[in-house]
Amino acid sequence: MAATEKQPIAGAGPLNGILTWIDQRFPLMQLWREHLAEYYAPKNFNFWYYFGSLALLVLVLQIVTGIFLAMHYKPDAAQAFASVEYIMREVPGGWLIRYMHSTGASAFFIVVYLHMFSGLMYGSHRRPRELVWIVGMVIYLSLMAEAFFGYLLPWGQMSYWGAQVIVNLFDAIPLIGPDLALWIRGDYVVSDATLNRFFSFHVIAIPLVLLGLVAVHIMALHEVGSNNPDGVEIKKVRDPKTGRPVDGIPFHPYYTVKDTLGAVVFLIVFSVIMFFMPELGGYFLEYNNFIPADPLKTPSHIAPVWYFTPYYSILRATTEDFMWVLAVAVIALAALIVLSVRRARVKAGVAAGTAVLLFGFFNFDPKVWGVVLMGVAVLIFFFLPWLDRSPVKSIRYKGSLYKAALAIFVVAFVVLGYFGTQPVTTGATIMAQIFTLLYFAFFALMPWYSKMGKTKPEPERVTW
Amino acid sequence: MNLAGKMLFALLLVPLVALAATEEIKLDRAPIDGQDLISLQRGAWAFVNYCLNCHSANYMRYNRLNELGLTEQQIRDNLVFTESKVGDLMKNAMDPKDSREWFGAPPPDLTVIARARASHAGSGADWLYTFLRSFYRDPSRPTGWNNTVFPNVGMPHVLYQLQGEQVLKTERVQGPGYPIEVQKLALEKPGTMAPIGYDRLVADLVNYLNYMAEPAAGDRKQIGIYVLWFLGVMFVLAYLLKKEYWKDVH
Repeated sequence: MAATEKQPIAGAGPLNGILTWIDQRFPLMQLWREHLAEYYAPKNFNFWYYFGSLALLVLVLQIVTGIFLAMHYKPDAAQAFASVEYIMREVPGGWLIRYMHSTGASAFFIVVYLHMFSGLMYGSHRRPRELVWIVGMVIYLSLMAEAFFGYLLPWGQMSYWGAQVIVNLFDAIPLIGPDLALWIRGDYVVSDATLNRFFSFHVIAIPLVLLGLVAVHIMALHEVGSNNPDGVEIKKVRDPKTGRPVDGIPFHPYYTVKDTLGAVVFLIVFSVIMFFMPELGGYFLEYNNFIPADPLKTPSHIAPVWYFTPYYSILRATTEDFMWVLAVAVIALAALIVLSVRRARVKAGVAAGTAVLLFGFFNFDPKVWGVVLMGVAVLIFFFLPWLDRSPVKSIRYKGSLYKAALAIFVVAFVVLGYFGTQPVTTGATIMAQIFTLLYFAFFALMPWYSKMGKTKPEPERVTW
Repeated sequence: MNLAGKMLFALLLVPLVALAATEEIKLDRAPIDGQDLISLQRGAWAFVNYCLNCHSANYMRYNRLNELGLTEQQIRDNLVFTESKVGDLMKNAMDPKDSREWFGAPPPDLTVIARARASHAGSGADWLYTFLRSFYRDPSRPTGWNNTVFPNVGMPHVLYQLQGEQVLKTERVQGPGYPIEVQKLALEKPGTMAPIGYDRLVADLVNYLNYMAEPAAGDRKQIGIYVLWFLGVMFVLAYLLKKEYWKDVH
């Protein structure tokens, strides 16, 4: 057997014996080397590269605090609200654990959005990291599901009506919609049955999926190696003697100490919010959610928590009038594709697809298309590795057109998020519609504008 | 800023156009102080005397009031009027069926009302402080009372003997270039308390409601300071550690 052939471990002092014993039965040192001590990361990581490890930190925080919350929380429509107040008042330290979890939920999305944004900036979704990006997007989808299920649990008015609104979206799906919504709820309205299943998903199903996906995300990343702000591959320039990338440094100790510093700074910001403004002006904990769920009293204004509001805005922007705008946009995009591709078969396919889409636009409820658009708004991220045609990866070397497009996209995302928190007015709807178009234009037109404009030459090695 | 920058900046400003401020009632700032135990005790007294008959505070125990500097005996003697024991929750005996008949809806539980009433217009305490001082006589309402903060509220003015009776008067004042009508509350029949005294009582009551909504708030802020000091020290250590290691990265 190979076990006894492994070298004994030296340098761990009194632990040498036990580590050797384990290592001869488990690939301990191999894992240590491949993922930490001899995982070579580019040395030029900047501010944006803290968010990956921070996301991991918040994941652990949410799981640990969640375990303790589940010890006192009651997933029962008659007791849920009271049990949360019980945690806040009677359980020693309960308020702290609960605020960590509620602040952690928002922090998770902030960290993940910034992590995704750094990918967008530096081309981390581009070849050879397509799978890292795709797995990351599945993590993001799971995180949305996790947050959605978890948000029902406090059983306040916003919990209840938020869930009601979202589950009712499934109603809009032709044919199977109403049955599907019924199947999700387990009842004709959001009720005790819904609360119990959401609890089950929130504490078991989705966390399991999330943990598995995070492991896959990191494994895929370590297979291809980390990208960096210059978007150049450090593996191209290796030390002829050692074979190590010249611009790479071992993740441990260099990035473990650097990420520790990042974690402390993050915890300072986190603590300022958690200890001094846990509601964060109604964005982290919605004020209405301090009113127990009442199935008979619909709040005049229902808004999801901030991290869903960009998509909620897109949903609400899809009115009957907007279908015309959408139709024009689809025709324009189809024309652009037909003019750009050579093969006749693709041209015919695009034309046929457009015709079907246009028929659908005016023969199904706009509400259906709102749901579709909302779904597309999230899923379109999956295609980014193939939409981006620029010869360079990093924004540092891309043309000004791409820079402007990315900036417009960020503005659109933030503005849509803002309007998603606000009540519907005519002005707000028109704004949401304009920014919905800009949001989609960022993706839909990317194959063209990412090729246009003058790029700067990429350096051979990272700039440092 | 280059042209692209200017255009982006303009794009950011566009949404502001749609933000034509929606008409909201102006809330007075509640003059409350969570450290003022006398005020909190007076507020607790007002709460059990005036509010707890119809409302409940189902998540709050009487004996938690020892945080306000009261002994169990003092709580039992002065603040527990029902059959409740001092370790019980502040329940209410009113039948929801009766209350629905009397007020149109069962009075809401008040434990966390000071958090629920917060909005972008002001804190929950501000809302409560303004609400409790904005009742006026309105013969068209079943209870004979109405409220400028909460129009057509089901609750009558419980404290009217103290405040007296207000009416809503319409006045014409000089607006920006043209006269405008404003509605103003005016005290018509004085109560047993002077307006300044009534405002103080309401402030104390709201101070208590605000405390009751999150009794751990005081601890939270205090612990927060220690945590930040600790993290401050951690930051220095982590920074020095990082610097030490990274000095050999060239």
